[in-house]
Amino acid sequence: MTPVKNPEIKVKQPGESFFKRLVRQQLFIPFAALALLVVFNLIADPSFFAVTIKENSLGNPVLSGNIISVLDNASELVILAIGMTLVTASSGGQDISVGATMAIAGSVILRMVCGGQVSADTLQVPLFLAVLTGIVVTALFGAFNGTLVAYFKIQPMVATLIMFTAGRSIAAWINNNQLPIMNDISFKYAGTFLPGIPVPTPIFITAFVILVFWLVLKFTTLGLYTQSVGINANSSRLNGLDPQMIKLLTYVILGVCVAVAGFIRVSRSGSINYSRIAENIEMDAILAVALGGNALSGGKFNIYGSILGAYVIQFLTTTLYKYEVPSTALPAYKAVVVILLVVLSAPVVRSKMAGLRFRAKADNLAKEAK
Amino acid sequence: MKKVFCLMLTLCMVLALAACGGKTGGDSAPADSGSSAPADTGSDAEQPADTSGELISVGVINNDPNESGYRTANDAAMRATFTEENGYKATFYNNNDAAQQIATAQQMIQDEVDFLLLSPASTTGWDTVLQDAQAAGTQIILFDRMLEADESMYVAAVVSDMPAEGQTAVDWLAAQGLSEYNIIHIQGHMGSDAQLGRTGALDEKVAAESSWNYVTQQTADWDEATARTITQSVIDSGKPFNVIYAENNGMARGAVAALDAAGITHGKDGDVIVMGFDSDKWAFEEVLAGRWNYMGLCNPLQADTVDSIIKGLMAGNAPSQKITYTPEQGFDCDTLTQADVDTYGT
Repeated sequence: MTPVKNPEIKVKQPGESFFKRLVRQQLFIPFAALALLVVFNLIADPSFFAVTIKENSLGNPVLSGNIISVLDNASELVILAIGMTLVTASSGGQDISVGATMAIAGSVILRMVCGGQVSADTLQVPLFLAVLTGIVVTALFGAFNGTLVAYFKIQPMVATLIMFTAGRSIAAWINNNQLPIMNDISFKYAGTFLPGIPVPTPIFITAFVILVFWLVLKFTTLGLYTQSVGINANSSRLNGLDPQMIKLLTYVILGVCVAVAGFIRVSRSGSINYSRIAENIEMDAILAVALGGNALSGGKFNIYGSILGAYVIQFLTTTLYKYEVPSTALPAYKAVVVILLVVLSAPVVRSKMAGLRFRAKADNLAKEAK
Repeated sequence: MKKVFCLMLTLCMVLALAACGGKTGGDSAPADSGSSAPADTGSDAEQPADTSGELISVGVINNDPNESGYRTANDAAMRATFTEENGYKATFYNNNDAAQQIATAQQMIQDEVDFLLLSPASTTGWDTVLQDAQAAGTQIILFDRMLEADESMYVAAVVSDMPAEGQTAVDWLAAQGLSEYNIIHIQGHMGSDAQLGRTGALDEKVAAESSWNYVTQQTADWDEATARTITQSVIDSGKPFNVIYAENNGMARGAVAALDAAGITHGKDGDVIVMGFDSDKWAFEEVLAGRWNYMGLCNPLQADTVDSIIKGLMAGNAPSQKITYTPEQGFDCDTLTQADVDTYGT
């Protein structure tokens, strides 16, 4: 295994080997997976990491390269994974409707900026108003999911199955089954580049969202309350929390994340295809949470694990494209890697791994002593 | 208190949904009227015979109109043609799941529709439906997509000739006379009629000519974002390419977004030839403006042809040919005119 630079592991506990402590770290698996991918690409073709400055068709200098692509394309997934982590932690289940509600957010935003027309060359309403409406709408859909889960005590996967099934039809309905197209260049700033700035805008948006959640988790009790509700809703109620309200809140937060992700996605191209946009992204978002070492049964969570997990997934996808894995075989390759990562991150396997290494070392020591 | 709040939220959701409906329902009556479930075909189907005797009852089974701009246009045309004013009592059903389509088809046959118009989501599995239809005297007309069955099992088929579309596009590309063809080939949903036809001709040409090479050949599943990612990864790898052959317009659009971001010129006088398929008006405009080079028209408007076949059959005239191919052609940026855009754009 590649040694991983992680400041947290420097906390020494007497009697434990370095390796054992390393494996116990929650962020071990996503870091190891990332390191593995990096090493593989370094050996196979170091030019993978080359970043060059090109001029885009508008004459702006922009950064270009696989690493930039990974950071750029992972944006939606990272933002969804953050919300999904909170939902998972509080309710012990996942929201499988995020892809469908992303379609709704995109549809609402496009309807607003196109003013209900099939295509428009200029923004019909200010962009922030359209995005705000998108956020409100998906937050409401989040509240709908949250209400079913928190107050009607429906299994999250079943509750969100409703929107999973209906969401894309609702998205189409919002725009009269038409596929609107927004041609105003300023609409695409959020999904491509701001004039004069060489870094893709989604990277900034993602960084901003991560910063907001870092601040919220640091300075509010949201993280603590979410975890305690997830670990034991009854005892947190006895301690004066309102578990239902907190569950509902996490679903609303996820709804807001969905709107931001949906906005990035539609502003990349200025158009939408209801049944294809963000298809299967819910599975990747859940996988990111799992890769981050978070228990899908809820309770304790590490949001940075999920973020890292999302980048690992995108890194893997980009790597597979880079090596031109045949299109029909792509999902199979991905599945193999995913199975490997998930099995490795299972607590049983990890404690075995740490144990084995520990025993081998002990045996060596014993031999030396003889 | 909590319960009140929870009720309020639920109400809020329901109202929000209802509001959406009101907003859009008004101006799209023909397009919206029928995601009608198979259930409500039950008693309605026999009514026309009683009320006027003139109306022809038809059941229309199509794919999901949200699948693509092509399908949206196709579905809208069917709904606009098979109306009561036009002499039809029509029931529509949309689903991309062949099993659901089959179940609905059987329901419609039981309801004794005169004609069953079918755009099958898969090419196989329809044997029982076809036999039941024959036994019940329901005539089947295929539109847009073929299925694997003996020609005697249906009265007519009005479809797009996908292999011909691919061949036309490849012939056009060959006529450009490039010294070398380095192609980014972005495929549609693997195994679909359109993907097989459009891939086939290109595969053949690439295998036959040494100057034709694939830089990459990947499926984007008709998805614009995936097409952009695939193109971006080729650009990132630094491999030279000069053709983008995308199997529908949405994917071509995604690929062009990646080109724009990297400052690679495309279209007329550009470094990269951009090719798309289908019939979207916005894509025609891209070609007209010279930002794309070629668009293979895949005509979604089969409704009128189907209409005239049915009217002919009712008058006792069998269609002149079993399989009618919709008129299709390729358009390039040098010959496309505004008139073409207005005629064929959907």
